[in-house]
Amino acid sequence: MPESDEAKRGRAIVVTSGKGGVGKTTTTANLGTALARRGARVALIDADVGLRNLDIVLGLESRVRHHLLDVLEERSSLDDALVADKHTDGLFLLAAAQAREKDDVETTKMQALVSSLRERFDYVLIDSPAGIELGFKNAVAGASEAIVVCTPEVAAVRDVDRVVGLLGNRFRPQLIINRLRPQLVRKGKMLSVDDVNGILRLPLLGVIADEPEIIVTTNRGEPLALRTQNTTGAAYHAIAARVAGEDVAAPVPPESKASILERIGSLFGGLRR
Amino acid sequence: MIEFLKRLFGQQGSSATAKERLRLVLMTDHLELAPEMIEAMKRDLVELISRYVEVDRERIEVNFERQDRTLAMLANIPILGVNRPNGNGAVTHEAPKPQPEPVATVAAPPSDSKPPVRKRKRRKKSQRARTQLPSTA
Ligand SMILES: Nc1ncnc2c1ncn2[C@@H]1O[C@H](COP(=O)(O)OP(=O)(O)OP(=O)(O)O)[C@@H](O)[C@H]1O
Ligand SMILES: [Mg+2]
Repeated sequence: MPESDEAKRGRAIVVTSGKGGVGKTTTTANLGTALARRGARVALIDADVGLRNLDIVLGLESRVRHHLLDVLEERSSLDDALVADKHTDGLFLLAAAQAREKDDVETTKMQALVSSLRERFDYVLIDSPAGIELGFKNAVAGASEAIVVCTPEVAAVRDVDRVVGLLGNRFRPQLIINRLRPQLVRKGKMLSVDDVNGILRLPLLGVIADEPEIIVTTNRGEPLALRTQNTTGAAYHAIAARVAGEDVAAPVPPESKASILERIGSLFGGLRR
Repeated sequence: MIEFLKRLFGQQGSSATAKERLRLVLMTDHLELAPEMIEAMKRDLVELISRYVEVDRERIEVNFERQDRTLAMLANIPILGVNRPNGNGAVTHEAPKPQPEPVATVAAPPSDSKPPVRKRKRRKKSQRARTQLPSTA
């Protein structure tokens, strides 16, 4: 394919992590929302076949009629399977099959699907399952770029390191650090951004705080990125701007302002030891 | 000031422990994922040491071991023969004489100032360089 055509196609970005439960699905939903709110056309693919989640996080579970495997196995057209988001124009979801297994996906068909979505969308975000087996490989197969999500924990960093090794020759992933707790970092009880990225050494897209509101937004099926007045919601928009190539700083949770009292408290905490 | 006081009272957060564990675990992971690199290193090591002494290529062992805060490479390289020094310090290559086996041991990186390769002449087989851990026999 000539280069000019390649440039016109959308970007296919896989969101992955190795370790489970670190926030891939949450990140995909919020980043997709933020990108679409910038005016881009965005398709989200839930590649976690057998453990469908992305529809829930987006509040779209009642609208899903067909899923990824229906499309791959030609029981449904792509247009019938793409669900328009409730809250954000230009955002669409292709849900995972719940009653099937990751191994049911044919890698070449997945590649072809992502490729055809790239003709129609500016961004195709692929929510990868945890692990490094076939489900992960299928999620990665059609992607042109990768975002790795990592929490500030030893096991998560180790797994991301492994995943980066596996992705290595194809593309250099960008990093989102999720669930950082600035208070704990300040007290020396949690790995800091520098600790994590001093080891991973990846281009940092941004840092998302451990955010109690995410529980609320997931309960409601309304991604936090819909609320730009929320600091974490705004952080997703800054990450989206960076993904889009804008020259803005990587968002980092505000050093939660420790009051004088808290500082004295932690000092005495130190003394008591 | 508070940082200073914290340090004064020895507050060492668990994040320091996490960082240290992470560093070591990743070194081990990376070695495990690069067996060809270890083979290449073994070959180079043997070639280097063979310039000075004749070694038993079949019985070379290279192991990696977690020590307190470092990862150590322990190489056990049986020596078959040592050339006679020719007086002015230069080493010439002669046919190795059959003789009792000394053992050269390389241990890295416990960073004491000893030279990394220790050659022992006419010592008992069991003699080991001091830097080697007892568990790598
Ligand atoms: N920044 C955050 N702050 C607080 N909670 C979060 C944050 N990010 C994710 N979570 C919560 O962590 C849990 C796991 O998140 P999510 O499902 O996005 O992870 P995942 O990586 O997709 O998991 P899996 O590997 O199972 O697919 C969810 O309950 C989610 O609400
Ligand atoms: Mg998920």
